[in-house]
Amino acid sequence: MDPENLRYTKEHEWVRVEGDIGTIGITFHAQKELGDIVYVDLPKPGTFIQQKTTIGSVESVKAVSDIYTPVSGEVVEVNGVLAESPEILNKDPYGSGWLVKIKLSEPGEAGQLLTAAEYQAYVGTESS
Amino acid sequence: MAASPALKTTPLNAIHRQLGAKMIDFGGWDMPVQYASLLEEHHAVRQRVGLFDVSHMGEIEVRGKEALRLVNYVTTNDASRLQVGQAQYSGLLYEHGGFVDDILVHKVADDYYFLCVNASNQDKDYQHILSHNQFDAVVDNTGSRYAQLAVQGPRAIETLQKLTAVPLAPIRYYHFVDGAVSGSPARIARTGYTGEDGFEIYLPPADAPRIWDEILAAGADFGIKPCGLGARNTLRLEAAMALYGHEIHASVTPWEAGLGWIVKMDKGDFVGREALARRHLGQKNDGVTRQLIGFEMTGRGIGRDAYEVYIDRVGAGWVTSGGPSPTLNKNIGLCYLPAANATLGRPMQIMVRGQLVDAITVPTPFYKRTK
Repeated sequence: MDPENLRYTKEHEWVRVEGDIGTIGITFHAQKELGDIVYVDLPKPGTFIQQKTTIGSVESVKAVSDIYTPVSGEVVEVNGVLAESPEILNKDPYGSGWLVKIKLSEPGEAGQLLTAAEYQAYVGTESS
Repeated sequence: MAASPALKTTPLNAIHRQLGAKMIDFGGWDMPVQYASLLEEHHAVRQRVGLFDVSHMGEIEVRGKEALRLVNYVTTNDASRLQVGQAQYSGLLYEHGGFVDDILVHKVADDYYFLCVNASNQDKDYQHILSHNQFDAVVDNTGSRYAQLAVQGPRAIETLQKLTAVPLAPIRYYHFVDGAVSGSPARIARTGYTGEDGFEIYLPPADAPRIWDEILAAGADFGIKPCGLGARNTLRLEAAMALYGHEIHASVTPWEAGLGWIVKMDKGDFVGREALARRHLGQKNDGVTRQLIGFEMTGRGIGRDAYEVYIDRVGAGWVTSGGPSPTLNKNIGLCYLPAANATLGRPMQIMVRGQLVDAITVPTPFYKRTK
């Protein structure tokens, strides 16, 4: 379920690093906990974001959840589809439900995040 | 995984868990907030039929020769107007005119009134009523003797009719019949908290799991869904029905909450009447300093419970209930505004996570079913 090639945070975000670009999203567990997602608030391209700070929010019918960026850098692309179809975050959180792409300013950050196995172990302890 | 021992459970707790419900602590009760999808549950009730476990709701029974006198003394509506088999929405007020609770009063017999009260207020309501019992009446706190199921939606009547010999069609809105549902004694009331047609059924707790399953089977042809408290909340918000702790509480009067219609000032004395008369000079809108009013968001953002409301960028009130409306595909809510500002079509702003987002006041209910 949680792809092996991604890195994860305890706040339930993931990052996929390809070259100097990091793609950020929320995990399967995060979308499941939130329920039906109806609104996504994301930073504009060109915004510089700092690791572990709030960069936006994901809202379900019942709840609001902050998005914390797992890595630092400049937002180079935002998933515009989410404005019209936020429900794809529920359907495909690791694929078409990605949130933003970032040009990494600290390429070493991602390596310090949780691996898929570590994240799964963490979710297991949190939900039991 | 079982419920935390600190939480109260309904007779259907194990069933909710088997169905994979997400459980929450709702006022001290371990309740299902949603099963697979809150949105699908919401739409099931608007378009077909949904089944809710509302066994957490409390029941208080008032019996005796002066049962009516006590009920009429502690409630705002006029219970003397009830016929046997009729129910009434009403308020319990403190002496100062604020809400103890909002309740349903059912007249079972001349000497027997059955009150349905909010789960978390059950003991408070019971003590409140007892403290005013200067009459020849007996008050019983009977929440544990009843489970309550709500069958709601346009196909609710067809679903439930499969399980009872009681003819349901002749039961008018806010009326009830004591009969049986699949062999269990049941009080079947045509009431609800969703803005749809439907029934609320009071029945013995031991029979609730079997009847829950039978209702789901009876509604299968219509696409029935078990529904959680999440959908119950979005449905009642679209119908602009008040929720205790949000629209109404101890420092809100019925008139402020837009519930003047449940206050009958001319019925004789009742707890809170004097304060209302003083505060409002006996006239419904006179002296009302704030007013509950509906809004919808016009800017990007969702106004939610307890968010601050601004008029011309000055703090003016707060959101009592707010969120997405699945039926209308808008972001809606209810808020308190100073009475002078509580006019329809008034632009306002809501502080959404540190930013003012535009909204406008609108008429309520947001959703009204077509009969």
